[in-house]
Amino acid sequence: MTSSLHLWLIPLVPFAGFLVNGLLGRRFPKALVTAIAWIATLIPFLQVLNIALHFSSLTLPYNERVATWITAGNFHADFAFALDQLTLIMLLVVTGVGFLIHLYSAGYMAHEEGYWRFFAYLNLFMFFMLTLVLAENFLLMFVGWEGVGLASYLLIGFYFTKDSAANAGKKAFVVNRIGDFGFLIGMFLLIAHFGTLSFDGIFSQIAQHPEWQGGFLTAIALFLALGATGKSAQIPLYVWLPDAMEGPTPVSALIHAATMVTAGVYMIARAHAIFDRSPFALSTVAIIGAATALFAATIGLVQTDIKRVLAYSTVSQLGYMFLACGVAAYSAGIFHLLTHAFFKALLFLAAGSVIHALSGEQDMRVMGGLRKKIPVTFWTMTAAVFAIAGFPPFAGFFSKDEILYQAFISPNPVGKIVWFVGLLTAGLTSFYMFRLWYLTFFGKSRADQAAAHTPEPGHHAEKEEHKHPVHESPWIMLAPLVILAILSVIGGWVGVPAALGGHNEIEHFLSPVMHAQHLSFEQVSVAMSTQQQAVVPAAEAPEGNKSLELLLAVVSVATALIGWFIAHLMYFAKPELPAQIAAKVRGLYSLLLNKYWIDELYGAVIITPVLFLSRYVLKGLFDTGVITGGGLALGYATQGIGSLVQRVQSGNIRSYAGWLALGAAALLLLTYFGFGTHLSF
Amino acid sequence: MTDVAQVFRILPEVILTITGVLIMLGEPLLAKNASRKPLGWLAVLGTLAALFASFWQLQLPAGTAYFGTVQTDAFSVFFHVLIAGIVLVTLLVTLDAAGRDAESLGELFALMCFGAVGMMLMSCATELLLVFVGLEISSISTYIMAAFRRKSAKGPESAIKYFLLGSFATAFFLYGIALIFGATGTTDIPQIAGLLSTSQVPVFGVIGMAMILIGIGFKVSAVPFQVWAPDVYEGAPSPVVGLMSTAPKAAAFAVLLRVLYTALPALHSHWQPLIWWMAALSMTFGNLGALRQQNIKRMLAYSSIAHAGYLLVAFTALSPDGIAAASFYAASYAVMNVGAFAVISHAGGMDDRLTLIQDYRGLAYRSPLLGGALAFFLISLIGIPFTGGFFGKFYVFASALHSGLVWLTIIGLVNSGIAVYYYLRPLVSVYSKPVHSDLLDGIPRVTVPLMFALLITIAGTLILGIVPGRVLALAKAGALTLQSTVSDTTTAVK
Repeated sequence: MTSSLHLWLIPLVPFAGFLVNGLLGRRFPKALVTAIAWIATLIPFLQVLNIALHFSSLTLPYNERVATWITAGNFHADFAFALDQLTLIMLLVVTGVGFLIHLYSAGYMAHEEGYWRFFAYLNLFMFFMLTLVLAENFLLMFVGWEGVGLASYLLIGFYFTKDSAANAGKKAFVVNRIGDFGFLIGMFLLIAHFGTLSFDGIFSQIAQHPEWQGGFLTAIALFLALGATGKSAQIPLYVWLPDAMEGPTPVSALIHAATMVTAGVYMIARAHAIFDRSPFALSTVAIIGAATALFAATIGLVQTDIKRVLAYSTVSQLGYMFLACGVAAYSAGIFHLLTHAFFKALLFLAAGSVIHALSGEQDMRVMGGLRKKIPVTFWTMTAAVFAIAGFPPFAGFFSKDEILYQAFISPNPVGKIVWFVGLLTAGLTSFYMFRLWYLTFFGKSRADQAAAHTPEPGHHAEKEEHKHPVHESPWIMLAPLVILAILSVIGGWVGVPAALGGHNEIEHFLSPVMHAQHLSFEQVSVAMSTQQQAVVPAAEAPEGNKSLELLLAVVSVATALIGWFIAHLMYFAKPELPAQIAAKVRGLYSLLLNKYWIDELYGAVIITPVLFLSRYVLKGLFDTGVITGGGLALGYATQGIGSLVQRVQSGNIRSYAGWLALGAAALLLLTYFGFGTHLSF
Repeated sequence: MTDVAQVFRILPEVILTITGVLIMLGEPLLAKNASRKPLGWLAVLGTLAALFASFWQLQLPAGTAYFGTVQTDAFSVFFHVLIAGIVLVTLLVTLDAAGRDAESLGELFALMCFGAVGMMLMSCATELLLVFVGLEISSISTYIMAAFRRKSAKGPESAIKYFLLGSFATAFFLYGIALIFGATGTTDIPQIAGLLSTSQVPVFGVIGMAMILIGIGFKVSAVPFQVWAPDVYEGAPSPVVGLMSTAPKAAAFAVLLRVLYTALPALHSHWQPLIWWMAALSMTFGNLGALRQQNIKRMLAYSSIAHAGYLLVAFTALSPDGIAAASFYAASYAVMNVGAFAVISHAGGMDDRLTLIQDYRGLAYRSPLLGGALAFFLISLIGIPFTGGFFGKFYVFASALHSGLVWLTIIGLVNSGIAVYYYLRPLVSVYSKPVHSDLLDGIPRVTVPLMFALLITIAGTLILGIVPGRVLALAKAGALTLQSTVSDTTTAVK
């Protein structure tokens, strides 16, 4: 197909929405603001749907060069967009889930101040996220990458009155910058080695050079992976995501569950040609993913804030996706990304509906018994809980099982270990999700116990004075829940494995992207080292043993059942049990409750020393800050120039001049004695 | 070129000199209480004319005039346009801020024109003595401008500090020239290159190089010559700080580029490690120092130390890409920093009524335009894509890594991560719920000159971030005029 798809419209329409609402929204009535924001998201969604319908008739990958961006010597970058199978899936997720969340937000944010501002930021986010997904080169991708961070910062800090929200936004931003540092270095290395940042240019060069193994590709892959750990909240940079829950709940659903945080996974899948050449980088990614999955799940076991449980669960599920990428099962990772977008967005939105019903309460200890009062929320959330816990035929089962299976059969030496960790995590996930389910919806309402308990200020705070009775949310919030619930049930059916009588369509659909280097791989397989063969993508391996796959599925469902059973026992059958257990293993419990004290550790090891250096050492040495003119203004005016000279001679200038002379002396000495030496770093 | 036609080589300087003189002559003719604004508009006109004259110079074939003391080429045009642009915006901001508390404004306008003449001479001079004269014209104008807050003791105090320390540094610079003259027998920049590369490198030459580095290091507030910056920035009037944190620095960087890459490429193994350390220390010290500042101008002073460090990174790349990156960075830093100071000048006036970061709390609610503009410039200073700040850093670090400077790149990127922290503080403050404050209520309406100033700086920041192609092409062409010798050094390094 030769006619243009006008991909550039997809990100630009939300941007127009941002401009209109951002510049003029203040004066618009709410209905108009809502309409603009909705339309600005609906148009790209329809366009993507249209593309999806005609997808089979396209020549892929389809590239669209909008304009030349920069030319600097040999280096050249374009405003260019690309479309292939991977992009299409991401586009569907971002615009589809994005649109649903826009709908939901209209209900959820109806009573908030700065309604127009919220929707303007939301559209801005869509713009950057779609740019990230559609970009045809790393540079444009990075623009989207940083942009979503910025939009996320604006949306987390949306409640400016709340210090905790402002701090959380700042933390997210700063931590993400550390990841971006990795991404940038990766990019610079790519420029240095390939002279281009275009995906096509880089990957085709790699394909032509089968002898490139490890080495600089490992370095690039590791730096890119560092970037991914920042955005996708993996160890060691996961700390910002739980705090980001300070933002409004639709933001948590859109940005911190369904889309932005999956950007790291998308980036690794996109750059898989680089990762495929580095077994070491792949193993690193797999280990990071498995460790994060387990680590976050254990923290999620004991959290009491409904959104925090979901936040740690997101970190944990992203760990699965990393794990999948690490065993070169990129399709499985993207599959899980897809189903996770459905059920996790649903979990957050349903949690938001619960919070809405309870006038801002987020503490699960004072919930309970909501099943009958908010039935739609209950049933939709139930679908999501079963999906994430991994019960067939819900969506999460298929994607999670695909990951575990691929890990198990992976020739990567860490494959079996990460499989086991993933299995263990599946049990924990099932436990903490059912814990949430029971605490929120079953038993008696514990709201009266909350007399002494005051909900956190901020969101819905203005409603505190006249608490509504528990109420179901308006239809505009429930409709997205129902749609997502349906998707959480059936969304996994696109990837039913052969062992269960399916065809794993998604794997086949993605295979042109994930195995683009297919030919060159085989051509050179003779020349390849044995090490290289270890990282041939899993799909290259002989058709998996069907009975093995079935067995693994049974094992993981059994694990999930055990998790459910324990949750049932502890939070339904014998509600007094949790306290007793917590008392018995107090050390462990408090370790988990305090999230392994990682925040405190980072504070003590990194932040405090930096601030100390800034405050005492540097200030004491150089910045005596002696400009005190203000208080002396009057005195100066009367005493004239004499006092000024006195002040100048009071030591301040002399010490400054002293520093200057010292610096000059140091520099001259270095020059003199450093004669002929050549520092080559 | 005939004798008369040589004047075209210094046309922008001539225009600005005439403008300055006219303002000086006009000042006493105006009644004592009359508004000085017409003089300001005259200065604006003169600067605009100089700006266009600089562009026009691109049509001239690259070449020298006045016995080889000045050279017009893409490099000089790049910095001429940049300096004229900065002065133009500063004049507009001064017209806006000083309209309220006017005092000897005519002098201020004239000094800005004269200062610009000095800086422009620095960027086109190919004779060390003329460089020195330009440096002195620019410095002395800036010393006086720094003293313009006469109502507060802070103004003169900071000006005296600036003057004494600045003279100290200038002495180093002059001594450096003398030593280089001693080593080579000439002060002509292209000739020095020929003499140094052919003979054994004399000790005097290397020491002279170090002395020049010290003098310039002071002007650009690079560590360890940065001590003056926070005090002077805090004390001087905000519009002047916007000017002196960008234009004289850009000129000094231009001098350093020309001296190092045209005159002293043979000594690169001596100056590269020195600049490596200055860059690393400036970035680290500037960013760490900025973390705890409460005063927004002090914070931006430390930030400017850090930015000088980023820019120096590009110097160490020893490649035309590095030179282009340095020039581009000077431009991108200038637009965003001058823009930020435009907002601060308007909000605080000549007398700095708003000094602390928390004084800006709620600015975006009081004036969405001012708050939004300040937020935008801070985002660019952080280095978010689609702003000039991002591309500046991108080119600098890309060129550094390309030349194999892995550690310096890592130090720089870690630093730009730290920097987010303090740039976000005013950003959060600007968008925080307003505590009802008299300070904010005192902010006057946005005037036409300020609108223009913000328009120019915002558009400039966006252009450098979205379609930097043409600016970069000019920077690259400028780099190539210094390149003939540069290519030798690059091969020598590799």
